[in-house]
Amino acid sequence: MQQLTHETSNGHPISQSRPRRAKRRGRGLGWFSVGLGLAELLAPGGIARLIGVPDNSRSRLILRGLGVRELTSGIGLLAQPESPGWLWSRVLGDAMDLVLLGDGFTIKRGRQGRLLAATAAVAGVTAIDAFSAASQTRNATLSKVGAPIHVRKTITIKRTPQEVYEFWRDLSNLPTFMAHLESIEVTNGVSTWRAKGPLALSISWQAEVTLDHPGQSIAWRSVEGTTNVPNRGVVRFAPAPGDRGTEVEVELKYEPPVGALGAAVAKLFGEEPSQQIASDLRRLKQVLETGEVLHSDASIHPGLHPARPARKGADTKGSLQ
Amino acid sequence: MKANCWYGKRKVIVEDVPDPQILNAHDVIIRVTSTAICGSDLHLYNGFIPTMEHGDVLGHEFMGEVVEVGRNVKKLKVGDRVVVPFPIACGHCHACQQGTTSLCENSNPNAWMAEKLWGHSPCGIFGYSHLLGGFAGGQAEYARVPFADFGPIKVPAHLSDDQVLFLSDIFPTGYMGAEMCDIKPGQVIAVWGAGPVGQFAIASAKLLGAERVISIDRFPYRLQMAAEKAGATDIINYEQTDVHEALMEFTGGRGPDACIDAVGLESHAHGPMYALDRTKQALMVEPDRPLALRQAIRECKNGGIVSVSGVYGGFVDTFPMGAVVNRALTIRSGQCHAHRYLAPLLERIERGEIDPSFVITHRLPLADAAKGYDLFHKKLEGCEKVVLKAA
Repeated sequence: MQQLTHETSNGHPISQSRPRRAKRRGRGLGWFSVGLGLAELLAPGGIARLIGVPDNSRSRLILRGLGVRELTSGIGLLAQPESPGWLWSRVLGDAMDLVLLGDGFTIKRGRQGRLLAATAAVAGVTAIDAFSAASQTRNATLSKVGAPIHVRKTITIKRTPQEVYEFWRDLSNLPTFMAHLESIEVTNGVSTWRAKGPLALSISWQAEVTLDHPGQSIAWRSVEGTTNVPNRGVVRFAPAPGDRGTEVEVELKYEPPVGALGAAVAKLFGEEPSQQIASDLRRLKQVLETGEVLHSDASIHPGLHPARPARKGADTKGSLQ
Repeated sequence: MKANCWYGKRKVIVEDVPDPQILNAHDVIIRVTSTAICGSDLHLYNGFIPTMEHGDVLGHEFMGEVVEVGRNVKKLKVGDRVVVPFPIACGHCHACQQGTTSLCENSNPNAWMAEKLWGHSPCGIFGYSHLLGGFAGGQAEYARVPFADFGPIKVPAHLSDDQVLFLSDIFPTGYMGAEMCDIKPGQVIAVWGAGPVGQFAIASAKLLGAERVISIDRFPYRLQMAAEKAGATDIINYEQTDVHEALMEFTGGRGPDACIDAVGLESHAHGPMYALDRTKQALMVEPDRPLALRQAIRECKNGGIVSVSGVYGGFVDTFPMGAVVNRALTIRSGQCHAHRYLAPLLERIERGEIDPSFVITHRLPLADAAKGYDLFHKKLEGCEKVVLKAA
């Protein structure tokens, strides 16, 4: 059986576990919304009597409307239990309910005791909702700037493990397929990596190979003190079944600091670092199988561009030979 | 150079764009002599395929003369006359070596976009959206062709452009549609759609030995072409005849041995399902209308094959999976692996077994591309296939 937890060269797993509690709470609130929404939609008369407002066509209409709102929040939360947006939608709904219940006290035929109980119940739920929403908003913000970026991607390349290993082991080859790298220079076993930063900022650091099993795997990590963004990586080469070449698996971990530099690093990797690495691996496959990175009329431009030939001297990232 | 560019729903403009340049060492540039409008271009024209950009050069059926070669090109020389297959394929990856070139693993620089929609990425295609690579197409005076030693096929001087142009897509696509039916002597094949791909599916089913080939469409001129030129033995106009009753009659109540869907995502029909699918498409909850496909599945004989050549882009609703499972049907599909059919089909043309030019109804200068799209889309003037002459 294949085990899907990997360890780095120094024996520490570079996987991380996420707190489950927020997810469970979000789901609980989601089901609560669905239940309440269904009750309001299907039995508005019963709900009106329960919370002590007059049961008439107007209150039934309002309760059905609230039911639709609850169902929307509920389904949203069940789909994305950790989404601050859906949690805030519940807080907003609670506020609406409290206003409507407050209105209820002005109605003469209202039953004050039941209204009071219903208001207290909604106030309690509001507290839970507001707490969940606030803490999820905080978590979401924190996870964007301070969290380590950890990516694991794999691809199959129609070359032998030894051939892929040799290409990778010459680190100066990496920038030909890793889009964010400008260059890697190797002198006396220490390599200097230069990355393309945002705003034409160039970031550079030194790295050392920590593990080298010819034809099997290579691991490296940044040299302490040469960067504010400690990073390490490991690449494994395994024969693919059925004469299909080599399964190449890359694992990278970056630890960006909190703050502006962290944000810059996050930007460097785009919204989805795992997609960036997947594209890098696809380019590696192109280089090893076809000899070069394939360009299209649109892909040679840095941003969105219509698929048509470029003007001579246009701003392109591809090679116009 | 002049090129036909996409500018949104039902708007194409022939305008001046820069000449193509060699971008990779395995590229050639060709001067386009003939190019055609494909039924699948109508899906772009009608706005059904996502990830198009205003200004994209259209066209994936084209041929011409090599005018420039990249430094790693070994087989082609300046002056060679070639037809270019519509899938862009490297020839080196596992998929290409298996002969499944429309699944080339190296030819889509925007593979990540295709993965988001379809799970994995197929090959890149000329002039067919950014999710299939963002390559400029061939409805232009010049075109850049990557992997030139693997894709384009040289064609002999004694065959005219009109005879060989359709090797680029619709002839191999129709042929593969018929080949996927595993036709055995005595079999009956039904083909939904008598557009150009349907015509070649019919002709190919005959070439592959089908006993009877039934063409189903709603345009009398297309059905007439199917019967007189492609070799259909029977035709059904579904606006006049009940398709089910007719197929039962033609097959002794068994149903066709194999059914080919040569219609795709913009299919027409009568009745509430059509109205429902149209509405869902308009509301963008169901991008593709699978009416022909549903009928093909229902009508196919027990244990038969449903071969899908028509293009689908996204999702379909109310798919009759119960019929597929309980009646042991096989569904086969795919964008055509055109490369593997080029040489054998060129041979059939040279031997005179088929002259693919029979589908051409309109020859227009490239400058009139917009008119060609309009005629083809509205099925005006008996339009079956429009060829644009660039030079």
